[in-house]
Amino acid sequence: MMDLRRTASRVPIHTVILFFVAIWIIPTVGLLITSFREPANIAGSGWWTVFPKLFSGGQYSLENYVGVLRGEGLALSFLNSLIISIPATLISTVIASFAAFGFAWMSFSGRKTLFMIVVGLMVIPLQMTFIPVLPIYSKLRLAGTFPGIWLAHTAYGLPLTTYLVHNFMSGIPKDLFDSAAIDGASPLKTFWRIVIPISIPALASVFIFQFLWIWNDFLVAAVYLGTRPNVAPLTVSIANLVTNRGQDWELLTAAAFVSMALPLVVFFSLQRYFVRGILAGSLKG
Amino acid sequence: MSRRSSNNEKNDRTAVRGFGLAWSWAVARARPWMFVGPALVLITFFLIYPTLMTIVRSFFGRGTTLIGPSVEYVGLTNWKFVFTSNTMLTALRNNAIWTVLFTTCTVGFGLMLAVLLDRVKYEKIAKSLIFIPAAISMVGASIIWKFVYAFRPIQISQIGVLNAVVVALGGEPVGWLIKRPWVNNICLIAVGVWIWTGFCMVILSAAYKNIPRQLLEAARIDGANEWHVFRRVILPVLFPTIAVVATTMVVQVLKVFDIVFVMTNGNYGTEVIANRMYKEMFNYFNYGRASAIAVVLLLLITPFMILNIKRFTKQEGGR
Repeated sequence: MMDLRRTASRVPIHTVILFFVAIWIIPTVGLLITSFREPANIAGSGWWTVFPKLFSGGQYSLENYVGVLRGEGLALSFLNSLIISIPATLISTVIASFAAFGFAWMSFSGRKTLFMIVVGLMVIPLQMTFIPVLPIYSKLRLAGTFPGIWLAHTAYGLPLTTYLVHNFMSGIPKDLFDSAAIDGASPLKTFWRIVIPISIPALASVFIFQFLWIWNDFLVAAVYLGTRPNVAPLTVSIANLVTNRGQDWELLTAAAFVSMALPLVVFFSLQRYFVRGILAGSLKG
Repeated sequence: MSRRSSNNEKNDRTAVRGFGLAWSWAVARARPWMFVGPALVLITFFLIYPTLMTIVRSFFGRGTTLIGPSVEYVGLTNWKFVFTSNTMLTALRNNAIWTVLFTTCTVGFGLMLAVLLDRVKYEKIAKSLIFIPAAISMVGASIIWKFVYAFRPIQISQIGVLNAVVVALGGEPVGWLIKRPWVNNICLIAVGVWIWTGFCMVILSAAYKNIPRQLLEAARIDGANEWHVFRRVILPVLFPTIAVVATTMVVQVLKVFDIVFVMTNGNYGTEVIANRMYKEMFNYFNYGRASAIAVVLLLLITPFMILNIKRFTKQEGGR
């Protein structure tokens, strides 16, 4: 009897949760199914009409993916996204680690003030930075180049990455440094041999966080790379596709899924680190 | 002779040692800057210098150069545009609507899900599913939802899931992204909420799980019902985290851009500040106006910058 009442009282909880879960997955499922349907079917009927005969062949094909990857050049954009994200993430993680160590464990004049500026800059609207940098970029011929966007992404990511790594490194017990100093290790050696190895989990979180941020970025890429297809990452190419082929759902859905594939793999395989990164950034109240 | 040379040698050695000391002192002084230097140089060039120059640029006219003979000083003209033109007034109004609805929904849903999911066995999988949108690009999310909102006349079959539901319930299909001012703006905001709720949920859930269970049990034994436990115990304990999450959401929403750019490009009364700034830069080549609009964003975000710094100083002081 008690059990029954308990179960009954929990029905509303399950209903609310399932309602939310449904809203959160139906749009993505619709996109995924549509991306595998024949163009004529997509235009003729809703994607949910596949359900009665979900597993009957003939209604699915990879044609749309071939269309976007070859025809619309998204294969190149995918490559560009990798060429942009990986070096930019690596460079910013390395520079942020050095800076975080300096701020956490070295003494120099202005240390506190400078770090406060870094913390303040975490939320600055990037819109404040484009107009003065763009003319310099064109003069230095950095506009529309990969090194140009590596630098920009590195710099824009630095306040948050430095802050996150600093949070971790400042928690390392001081004794560790003292014993290293007694052994005669230089700060650089201490940094490489002791600090970096124990910071690996934190650095992994920051790396994944930053990688996804850059992979998913549209604004910075659109501003510094422009829309030239030879350098454009997926986000920029797909936004162009929306502008030019806005009703061709067979292309748009496949394109969107191409851009989501890698983040989803990263998300499901490394969710732990991703969550840790988010918590490290926000829980510090 | 031999004594003199040994004396000289001694002097030389002292000099060398003195020089060595000075050298190692200089190295020790310079060392921190080798660690923080690269970051500071990049931050100065890409964030600090441009911020100052953008403020200056907002008092100059059209053109795509920073400041020079081809750019004219125009005083407050751009600022007049920012606060009196129709499109900017719409953008400011929409940013206000976004801020209120987006922040309330993301934090509210996130909190509700954090508390409810703690009571069910399928918590982990449900959380993952709701969290997924945080990992994908806003451009991708915008396409997902553009398809949900797809509109076709009633004579032909609907391909957008939302209008299919409306038609199945006997209604007329709605042009979700066209119908102003509330329907289309709310539909855009819903996309933002869909992307960010999982983020809020994860943080709030971690904080909720940190509340000692005895605290909740004690309240229940004292006869409090679940609502009271939530209002009187959970909410006050979680308040600091809720505040942090809410400010993070406000900062995010003030800068909202991708969703609007991809889904409506600010047409049909859905303009927002950041999208207008982009248009002034790349469609109208008016860096003056674009700068003024960017400064508006900066001004709106400044209180949160100060708040972050204060919070940080407190945290450092408490260590």
